[in-house]
Amino acid sequence: MSTLTAYVNNIAETITSVFEGMSITFSHLVRRPSTIQYPDRIPQQIQDTLPLRYRGILEVDMDICTGCLACERICPITCIAIGIDMDKETRQRSFSQFDIDMCKCMYCGLCSESCPTGAIRHSQEFEGASHNPAGLVRRFVTEPVSLYKPKKGGETEPKMIAKVETGKMYMDELATPDAGGKGSEER
Amino acid sequence: MQSLADQLFEAGYLPGISREFVYAAVILLVAISVLSVFVAPLAGVTSWLERRVWARIQSRIGPNRVGPQGILQWLADGIKNLLKEDLIPAAADRKLFALAPYVVFMGFFATFVVIPFGSQLIVADLNIGILYILAVTSLVVVGILMAGWSSNNKWSLLGGMRSAAQIVSYEIPAGLSVLTIIFITGTLSMQGIIGRQGWAPWDWFLFYSPFTFIAFFLFFTAALAEGNRTPFDIPEAESELVAGYVTEYSGMRFLFFFFAEWGNLYVIGAVATTLFLGGWQIPPLFENVFINGLLEFVVFFLKAYLWVFVAMWIRGTLPRVRVDQLMSMCWKYMVPLSFICLFGTATFLVIWPAGNRWISMLMFVLGLLILARFCWRVRFQIRHARPDLYFNPFI
Repeated sequence: MSTLTAYVNNIAETITSVFEGMSITFSHLVRRPSTIQYPDRIPQQIQDTLPLRYRGILEVDMDICTGCLACERICPITCIAIGIDMDKETRQRSFSQFDIDMCKCMYCGLCSESCPTGAIRHSQEFEGASHNPAGLVRRFVTEPVSLYKPKKGGETEPKMIAKVETGKMYMDELATPDAGGKGSEER
Repeated sequence: MQSLADQLFEAGYLPGISREFVYAAVILLVAISVLSVFVAPLAGVTSWLERRVWARIQSRIGPNRVGPQGILQWLADGIKNLLKEDLIPAAADRKLFALAPYVVFMGFFATFVVIPFGSQLIVADLNIGILYILAVTSLVVVGILMAGWSSNNKWSLLGGMRSAAQIVSYEIPAGLSVLTIIFITGTLSMQGIIGRQGWAPWDWFLFYSPFTFIAFFLFFTAALAEGNRTPFDIPEAESELVAGYVTEYSGMRFLFFFFAEWGNLYVIGAVATTLFLGGWQIPPLFENVFINGLLEFVVFFLKAYLWVFVAMWIRGTLPRVRVDQLMSMCWKYMVPLSFICLFGTATFLVIWPAGNRWISMLMFVLGLLILARFCWRVRFQIRHARPDLYFNPFI
């Protein structure tokens, strides 16, 4: 190619490529922006749109917690601290402490997998901002709560039925049906 | 304004004050009011609009929280910058460092003197109008060099030197493109240049001949380079030079540089409109002087702002060029092309001294065809990608 043709070609290429590029960017002006205006200008709370399997901040339903300590034992970084007292007269055991340090938690999900009733589970909450590390320690026991004992014939009290069902729902969600996990047996 | 001051004197007000002093005060007052009422909001709103346009091109939203649709974002930014600490590096040349932003700002602000917003709405219709603009905008390069050198910082110095090389080089194609128009008009006055054009597109100098058509794009490109706009923003290339000559600046001094940059964008549009797009010319529909004046202002403002929008759009499209590419583009391509335009226009004027209606019409049709081709390409891009369409500019 002679120098002159190369020169003219360069000019033509510059013009056509800029023209084409400008048409592409102009077409972007009429496209819907993909930005989600978190946290306030969204049709629905993000937490409500997340699936059950989402690993958010841990929550514990103390009413259906049996106090088996499976979660405390399996936690690889011991961020769960459970204290159980026994009343010497009534021989009734109750929780004095159930703390989860979300600063340490690594969201592995082992605690919720080992829980027999689905009391400890990952919620859909993920906003954990706090002024100090101590604010991230979740304390689930404010006053002594007695341990939960599953009844043989199933729950009768409506309030408890709902709670047990919620726990089961989380357990089913975690179960892998093909591998025959814990949740699939109960189904 | 001068007659108003004279009347005040004759009525016996302002005793014992010299006339020159009052005139100077009046000029200062006018300058301050123009600055605060027109130029500052213009630069501010341009900064907001640029961020919005740019965001939409990148499928983002951009600032939309301060005021309706974020239109007051520039006020928030300005107040923030006013409250910031004004730092001057210990090793800097303090006097030059402090002076540089104002020199840059003056270089842009002084151009508003000759920008014709309407047939009556012009501060001073100098008979060297366009030459004055070219001369005054050259002041910017002095300010930028001052900023780059006085900061005592390698990035600043490199940015300043690059900017000087760039602005000096690109002044040549810009000047030559302006010269093609001056060949046709025979006058340097801004109002005189507009007066030679008509309200209809085929009476504009853009479509006067094929050479002025090319000269327009050469002028616009060169003006973008002179204004340090992307894709020619190598003086402040973030990826190489942090922020170029503004690296060491903070607070209000920093803001002055960007004030000048965004305001300069409008000046580019206004000069392009004056030279090529018929300025404030409107069809003779109304008799009323006041309505005519308002319409002229609106027409001029919109035409100029269209090119501000195009500059934003180019910024969202093209990547930054390298220093050597920048120089080769100027000296190897734009300078010869603008010379071709110049000599072409000279030949054209020898053959048809008063212009040729048919060629103007033909060029106008060609312009429409390019526009149609562009719309067709945009339609193709949208159909090809099948995106979620959202025509509403507000979100």
